[in-house]
This record gives sequence, structure tokens and C-alpha cells, in this order.
Amino acid sequence: MSAPFSWIRPEPWGVHIVPADVWIDPGRAVDKALVTHGHADHARGGHGETVATPETLAIMELRYRTGAEDDAGDIPHKAIPVAYGETIRLGGGVDATYIPAGHVLGSAQILLEHAGERVVITGDYKRRADPTCAPFEVTPCDIFITEATFGLPVFTHPPIEEEMGKLLAALSTNPEACVLVGAYALGKAQRVIAELRLAGHHDPIYLHGAMEKMCRLYEEHGVDLGDLRLVSDHTKDDMRGAIIIAPPSALNDRWSRRLPDPITAMASGWMRVRGRARQRGVELPLVISDHADWNELTQTIEEVNPAETWITHGREEALLRWCELGQRKARALALVGREDEDE
Amino acid sequence: MKAFATLLDTLVYTTSRNRKLALIAEYLRNAPDPDRGWALGALTGELDFPAVKSSTIRNLMKGRVDPVLWTLSRDFVGDTAETASLLWPSTDLENNDFLTLTQTVETLSSLTRVNAHKEMPKLLDRLDANGRFALIKLATGGMRIGVSARLAKTAFAKAFDVSLDDVEEYWHAIDPPYAELFQWAAEGGDPPDIEGRPRFRPFMLAHPLEDTRVDLSDYAAEWKWDGIRVQLCRVTDANGEAETRLYSRSGDDISATFPELLDVLPMDAVLDGELLVRGSTQGGEAGSDKQGGAASFNALQQRLGRKTVSKKMLAEAPAFVRLYDALLIESEDLREHGWEKRRGHLENLVERLPDSHFDLSAVVEARDFDHLAEIRETARDEAIEGLMLKRRDAPYIAGRKVGLWYKWKRDPLLIDCVLMYAQRGSGKRSSFYSDYTFGCWAGDPDQGAELLPVGKAYSGFTDAELKKLDRLVRQTTLNRFGPVREVERTLVFEVAFDSVHTSKRHKSGLAMRFPRIHRIRWDKPVHEADRIDALKALVPD
Ligand SMILES: [Zn+2]
Ligand SMILES: [Zn+2]
Repeated sequence: MSAPFSWIRPEPWGVHIVPADVWIDPGRAVDKALVTHGHADHARGGHGETVATPETLAIMELRYRTGAEDDAGDIPHKAIPVAYGETIRLGGGVDATYIPAGHVLGSAQILLEHAGERVVITGDYKRRADPTCAPFEVTPCDIFITEATFGLPVFTHPPIEEEMGKLLAALSTNPEACVLVGAYALGKAQRVIAELRLAGHHDPIYLHGAMEKMCRLYEEHGVDLGDLRLVSDHTKDDMRGAIIIAPPSALNDRWSRRLPDPITAMASGWMRVRGRARQRGVELPLVISDHADWNELTQTIEEVNPAETWITHGREEALLRWCELGQRKARALALVGREDEDE
Repeated sequence: MKAFATLLDTLVYTTSRNRKLALIAEYLRNAPDPDRGWALGALTGELDFPAVKSSTIRNLMKGRVDPVLWTLSRDFVGDTAETASLLWPSTDLENNDFLTLTQTVETLSSLTRVNAHKEMPKLLDRLDANGRFALIKLATGGMRIGVSARLAKTAFAKAFDVSLDDVEEYWHAIDPPYAELFQWAAEGGDPPDIEGRPRFRPFMLAHPLEDTRVDLSDYAAEWKWDGIRVQLCRVTDANGEAETRLYSRSGDDISATFPELLDVLPMDAVLDGELLVRGSTQGGEAGSDKQGGAASFNALQQRLGRKTVSKKMLAEAPAFVRLYDALLIESEDLREHGWEKRRGHLENLVERLPDSHFDLSAVVEARDFDHLAEIRETARDEAIEGLMLKRRDAPYIAGRKVGLWYKWKRDPLLIDCVLMYAQRGSGKRSSFYSDYTFGCWAGDPDQGAELLPVGKAYSGFTDAELKKLDRLVRQTTLNRFGPVREVERTLVFEVAFDSVHTSKRHKSGLAMRFPRIHRIRWDKPVHEADRIDALKALVPD
């Protein structure tokens, strides 16, 4: 009998499951990887075998096959789909179960079980309702490995209805202009569109070319996004009074000159902080995030109530401090290659 | 408070001047009295609550948030007021629990250093995050939301379709929440009664002369000095108390910056002049022997924008006013008289003023226009910006009326520089690289000399040229530093500027005043651009 939890080992490149020689969200190519979701800093290409939900595999295939990423050609050699709730044997006596994480389409937490010890790795997650993906499920465990992207008490995401209200109000008070919303191409863009539809906005929404394929993929997976059109097919006058969705990098790019007097908006949890919004020249900040805010991070740790909490990426210092104040055992993993997502 | 907080929050993110004006005007039209008056006071920086300091807020937070979490949050957010507004726990508020702006201001003005830490929490509890941000900004002063007092007053004039000059004229005589001002502008009431209170009168301004020639029998010529245009105003109230105020060109009260001018006017008057500081750079040869002693604009600049002035500064660079005009002398309004008559009054008045703090801007005598042009050409005094031509029979009229006053600036200096860096503009120009840093050669470019930056300009080109420049920047980028791009050395700008001075802050050791792009020399090879030495030669001794 080896020491407790010696079978799972955090390394700079990812979490290593030693007896099965399998990595979770590794930052470089490995023989066998378990991937939590399709964002680039979690789902690198080039692994021998990639285990993920069917939706995540479809997203990875789209990103790498279309050459949208620099790693084009790094298509998984062997893709192994796992449905939510399904358990697979990894070898070495380790079982893995995929559980919804509520982050983006196909996103999962992974429950690992070995010799009666339970470890949950969240990947990225949120607790708010999201019409484009399955909701987070609280899973009891001994070690809880959590993200901390918004791990500072200043981050409290307002209800999304409020932010939709701000967006629609800006649109109706500027009928001659358009509102250009910067949103991450995977997840955020589709969620914003779906929430707009829920808020009763059924006008055509115009897309930057880089958004189109991912939106189609969501629709193929049963997420209805309504009337979507491409900016490149339309004139300035067509787009007056409309919402345009583009990746954040396009907001201040020459591309935006083809739009009628755009009001620059951005959908991101970082918009909570004025300086961040001003730095990017954002005129209409929308605090919309696909990550847990501070209250959700701490509430989730309380609900899961693990013996130990490991923190993978984000502002781990403050969350560590919170654990310390509540006399919870915790450590930061300092993984390399993780980005400040939600930009 | 909700509407005011939303206004502040929106202003923070708005870069376009027109959108800012529209937002403020809309608020002023819709908000109730006296809320909107307090808001106007806050936007123009006229409210002051000395009991609440930034440290008050920090101490409040220390008692409520773990100090480690506070520091991590504060470092990330970068602003104490904002961090506190986000960390303060929100409570569920019924609509009438929410503070009004008037309640907030009334409570804030009643606070003392002793009870501030007890009362602030009660206010914070009755607001949401945006409201708390507005409250803390209001209480600790310094909104820093990119709205000048002038812009707020312009928005007021726009909101109620009244003249900005009238607003300026009443402004300094009325205190927040400006009940009489709203009564007049918004409700169509009588204009405010402002007798016996010091107030700013809008300046009479000049048009550039350009190609016009004038007859000197109709126009008098005066030097235009390179200081700051000011209005000095002394009023005695019904109790016999005299008060002197100093206003800048935009009507801002700058009395506190130049206290040495506040007790030297022996009679009630409103005077128009140029504020200069004494120094070793002589302004002597330009006029009579009394005209000496103006230091360079650089010396004056050291004194601008300060709320308090050290004794050392008062001793080293004392201010005085070189008088141009008299609007009022001992309750006689001279504004309707012609310039000649006002000038006579002014010359008599100067005899009664202490020459430590006042002199008269001399009239420039010339035989005819060509002679005047010659005098202007040969004036080498650095404190001279050019000439003013004033119609002899013109009354003193606020604003810029055609044909009454002309300014005839000295020709700008020109130099050929090479484009080195470009930065994105703001607002409408945010997708364009529209701010340019340019340099001159430190030696012979053919011998491998390098370029040293000498200045920065963002005006002087057409929209079509801007597009072309933007394309060039993108095509020739060498390095990116955030919003700044370093470009290949391929383009020469002919840069116009008013003067150049030595400066320790720049690597080239030189700083230009008012540089702007005069011409884009698409044709000129970069090695033919000017050297630093050529620019240095233009520094006045
Ligand atoms: Zn993610
Ligand atoms: Zn992530």
C-alpha cells in the first residue's frame, strides 16, 4: 500500500495520473490525455489518445482541422468519446467519470477514483444557468482541484439579465449605430446570442467571420441561436441598430471600420474592473463570465467540502488565503501555459 | 444617487466629447432639484468634504475585510475607491432605502473627522456597487472621469439651450446646488442676481489675422505675451468686505495658485491681462523700459496647476499681471465704450497700482501696416507670442466677433523630422495610429548617427492623410509596445512649432511647444531630415 494520493501528481505541464500514465489537460503532447473542455489552454493538440466528451472532441476537431489555431495538423490521432456520467477504466486501477462543469458546450469535470480515494478536477466551471451547456454538478471528493480565474473577492458577476438589459438599452437609444460586442469565440459568443434570444431579441445578429463555424457547431449540437448573418455579406446600412459579435481582438482592428458607428462593448468577467475596460477602449462593459465568481468558488468548496483543495490557475493567492482563514487544507499548483481566460 | 452613479459610470467609459455632453445634458434635464445641482457641483469640482479622506475608507475596509484579501484586491483593481465599492457587502435594498444624491451630500457635509468612520458605513449600506463608487469618489474628491468644469458647464448650456457666456458670467457668483441658475435656465425664471459677488466675465477673443491687412488708423497694435490670459476681479460687498478672485481663460478660479495677486488691487475693478512670472529672461526691448522682467513660459509652467504655493516659489518666481484692458473700474462698467476710451481709463488706473504686481502692455507704434510687419519680424523677445490688433472703436464683447480683434502670431518655426513611433488615438480615432513621435538625427545619418525623439504631434493632417499614415504604420511596424508601434524610419514630417526649450526630461535635451504636422514629406529621403543641432540653434538664449 503506497502513501495516500501518491497516484496523482501535479506537474508543471498538467496533472499526471501515475499508475495509468495519463495526463489531464496537459500543456504539451503526451501519449494519453484527458481533456476537460475545448479552450486552447486546456485542449492542446498532438496527443496520442485524447479522451473527452463528444462535444469537446468535435470542437477540437474543428479548431485544429480548420487551421484556426497555430497547431493546425495536431489533430488527435485517436479520439475516445465519453458521455456525461459515463465511467471509463484508465488502467492501473484508476477510473474516470465525466461530469458537467457548466463552463462551455461539452465542458466536464473529471472524477478520478483509485483504491477508494476520490479526486475531482474541475477544469473551468461556473454555477450560473447557461442555455448552451449542461449545468455544473456538485460531486463529493477527497481532493478538489479547482480553477481560480476570478479568485478575488472583487469579482462578483451580476445576474446576466441585468447585462442583457444594458446591451439592449444601448441598442434602442442608438438606432443609427450598432453595438459591437467582443466575445470569446468558443462559448461566450454563443451564450450571449442565446441569452439575447431568451431576452426576446429576435433580430438578425451579425457575426465576424471567425465566429461562424463555432456557432454552426453549437447549432448542430442542438443549441438554437436564431437568425445569424455574416458582417462580410452586408452593408453598413443593413447593420444599423443591430448587434455585431466579434472576437475581442477585432474590437479596435481595422475590420471594425466597416460597421456603422459602433459602440464598443465587451462581454467578460474582467469588465467588473473599470481600468480593464478602459484599457481596451470599451464603452459598454458587460460583466458576463463563463467562470465561477468569488462567491461561487468559495461556495463550491464549501459544498464539496473536500479534505484538501488544490488550485490550478488564476488568482490562486486570494483563494489560498480564504482556505487558510477557514482552516481548510489547500495548495496552489502553479501550472504553466494557462492563460487568463475570458478575454 | 442611482441616476448620478449611472451617469458617472457611463462617463468613465465614454471617450467622445459629444456623447459626454449628451449624457450630462440628459441627466441635467431629467434629474430632480436639487439633485442635479449637486451633480453639477460634483462634476465641476466645486464640492469639498474635508472630513472624508482616502485613509478613512482604507481604515473602514481594514475592519471588515481580511487585510491580505484587501491588499490583493486593491493591487489588482488599482483604485481604492473602486476596490472598496466592490468589496463592501451589498444588501437587498427597497427602492426608498436607496440614498438620493441630496441626502448623500447633506450627510457628507455634516460629517466631522470624528464621526466620519461611524457615518460612512450607514451611507455605504444604502447603495449598490456603482452607488458606493460614486459616493466614495464624491466624498474623497477628485472624480477623474475625464470631464472638465468647462465641459460640464457646456452641457448645462446645451441642456437648457442657454448661452454658455451667460452661464460663465453667473457661475462664480452662485454656489452649489445653483438653485437660481436652474430656476433661470430650466424653469424660465429671472436671471440670477449677482451684484456684490465676484464673478467671471467671459473674455473678448481674437481671430487669426491670416491674409487680412488692416489700416492702423482703425486698429491699434499691442504685443501678445506668452503667459496665461487672466481676469482679475475685485468686488466690495454691502458690508464693505472686499474680495479678489483670479480667473483663467476658461473661467476657472485660479486664485489659490497665485495668492500674491489677491491683496494688491486697491480698488474694485475687473481687469484683463497676461499673467507672467518674473525671471531673468528679459522682455525688455519690446516696449518701454517698464516692460522688463518676464521669465520664459517654462518658468510660469512650474507654477500652474498647484493648489498651494511654497514660499520658495513665491520668492523665486513671483507673478505679475501685464494689463491689456479694463472691463470695470470702481463700479463703472466700461465694456460698452470703445477700446480707445477704455485704454485711457486703464492708463490712468495703472498709475494707482503697485508696479510690483502690475504693468501695462505697451501699444506698438508703427507708421503703417508694412512697418508693423517689419517690427513683428524683428521682435526677438521670447515672451512675445505675436501682435494683437484691436479696433479702436470696438466695445469689449464676449467671445470672438469678426473684425474687432485679430491676433497676428509670429510665424511658426519649422523643422524636418523622421517618424519613429505611432500610437493609437482615442474615440473616433481608436482604430487609427494617429499620435506620432518623431526625431532628429543626433549626428550625420550617413555615418551611422541615430535618431533621438524630439516631439509628439497628433494634428495637422487631413482624414485622407491619416488613413495613408495609418497604413504606412501598419506596413512598416518593427516592434509593438502595447498601443505603441515602432516603425521603420521611412517618412519625413515637416513639423511646425512655436518655440523650443532645453528639457531634462527628454533624451534629446529639447522640448518643443505646440508641435504639429505642417506637411508630410512623402518625397523626402530620411537622411535629409534635420539634425538635433539645427533644432538646438532655435533655443532662445
Ligand atoms: Zn475554459
Ligand atoms: Zn482555463
